[in-house]
Amino acid sequence: MGLQGWRNVLALKTSKNNNRAAWQRAFPVPLSHSQITRLYSRFHSLDKGENGALSREDFQRIPELAINPLGDRIINAFFPEGEDQANFRGFMRTLAHFRPVEDNEKNKDLTSGEPLNSRTNKLLFAFRLYDLDRDDKISRDELLQVLRMMVGVNISDEQLGSIADRTIQEADTNGDMCISFSEFIKVLEKVDVEQKMSIRFLH
Amino acid sequence: MESYLFPFDSLICMLLGISFTVWFTLLLHLYKPYRIIAKEPVSLEQEIQDMRRGGAEPEFDMSDIFYFCRRGVESIVDDEVTKRFTAEELESWNLLTRSNYNFHHISTRLTALWGVGVLIRYGFLLPLRVTLAFTGVGLLVVLTSIVGLFPNGRMKNYLSDKVHLMCYRICVRALTAIITYHDSENKPKNGGICVANHTSPIDVIILASDGCYAMVGQVHGGLMGVIQRAMVKACPHIWFERSEVKDRHLVAKRLSDHVADKSKLPILIFPEGTCINNTSVMMFKKGSFEIGCTVYPVAIKYDPRFGDAFWNSSKFGMVNYLLHMMSSWAIVCSVWYLPPMSRMEGEDAVQFANRVKAAIARKGGLADLLWDGGLKRGKVKEVFKEEQQKLYSKVLVGSTSFQSTNQD
Repeated sequence: MGLQGWRNVLALKTSKNNNRAAWQRAFPVPLSHSQITRLYSRFHSLDKGENGALSREDFQRIPELAINPLGDRIINAFFPEGEDQANFRGFMRTLAHFRPVEDNEKNKDLTSGEPLNSRTNKLLFAFRLYDLDRDDKISRDELLQVLRMMVGVNISDEQLGSIADRTIQEADTNGDMCISFSEFIKVLEKVDVEQKMSIRFLH
Repeated sequence: MESYLFPFDSLICMLLGISFTVWFTLLLHLYKPYRIIAKEPVSLEQEIQDMRRGGAEPEFDMSDIFYFCRRGVESIVDDEVTKRFTAEELESWNLLTRSNYNFHHISTRLTALWGVGVLIRYGFLLPLRVTLAFTGVGLLVVLTSIVGLFPNGRMKNYLSDKVHLMCYRICVRALTAIITYHDSENKPKNGGICVANHTSPIDVIILASDGCYAMVGQVHGGLMGVIQRAMVKACPHIWFERSEVKDRHLVAKRLSDHVADKSKLPILIFPEGTCINNTSVMMFKKGSFEIGCTVYPVAIKYDPRFGDAFWNSSKFGMVNYLLHMMSSWAIVCSVWYLPPMSRMEGEDAVQFANRVKAAIARKGGLADLLWDGGLKRGKVKEVFKEEQQKLYSKVLVGSTSFQSTNQD
């Protein structure tokens, strides 16, 4: 790790409680010190070019991600619109969606804006995986493309088409042949999103 | 020469042992958890069935994406493969900067201890070891050339064995390798192949100092080439030209010819094909398992607290690596000789290779992975993604045919 990298890690580790506000602003995710430093060393080990940011190739180098049918869509979620590099802050922000929802947070009054790992934001993350052109609607074409990614060559075009049609028919309430975010939320209201879209961070 | 050095070197080992006890009682132990996240191994089908909303099973549910999404993000945070190609992370620091990942400055006392450690390692241990190493290699070249002058026969084989063993043992001292051999009754015999997990080039020295093997490898230039040419004069090793390595039939033929000749030594092969960091065993290449002779598996496990033996060839060159090795505290490892295995009826080479791999992993306490060690440098094959897609399609299509038979 470069000298600057180690300085960052040291700053994290030695910051006291009264600096918490300062580093929480820098890392707007309520993870513990040790969790953040572990994520930083993971970030650093993925960053082969050692330039403080990850490129798409850096993600592709993870074999388990490369064989994931939706690997490319997931990688895309780490890169903001039009950018090719993901810095550590962005990396953490995206991962923050997968923090489990703590019990005391579930009933919290949402005055300061929703936390990244709320149910709505987790659903938004999934919605964006379908919404290829980021126009806040899932069209039949987009649904077909994502389905094709998931099944490969094993299902015919006609069968896939009818699956897509049926799905849109079930979800679409305002008749525009597209699924909007609110329709998406309605369709999945019975699914335990908090559990399915959470990763258990240790310590 | 060796007997002269022997008492001196065991004194070093004793001193090391004492100093270690002292260091570790003074050290603060930091427990760092290895894993960042907890992963539950659930199959694709089960997860997706669980996820489907209650009631009649629809063909496709928009929530199916959650499975892939979570698995993908889990692998971004922590995956099984990429961490095998860098040195193992330690629970508590062993006072070597090269093993310093997450350990931060704790106290001046610790830094002072570390400083003293550096002085001892570089000022005292390193020069001693380098001298021994040069002696060992020099003797190997000179003595094997001399033995090569003898006519072929039992005398030559006997001398060659003795010479090889002696020189390798000097090299072992040069690294201060403290090796424990288990189950020596299973040691490889002539006409067989010895397979072991691969962590570093030192594996060869460790195994060859306890038994005589025929080495397999590519012809090198420079110093390595000199050593190779000298060794092959004394007893038949198998060195391939660079061009011959690609030709799998030629390789297989030379290996089988060697094995068929019972007077020749057992061949030593590392089927992983590349160095892995000794926390896992990766896919064994099936080439050596197709030859159809007895396979003698050997498991090698290094203790990472005293020195990290893994050679990260993309990061360090050979000289750098040897320098690291010779300035560590010691190389402590265990070698287990497993009972010989042969290919069973109806088993193909790949299944046989996996069976041997599982046995080695179990004995050495290593994770048994199906991933290819070649992923260190290359990309994963598309066919694995297609397998995932196929599995998911089965889940979809399966429920379709269920529905259509219901409606009929």
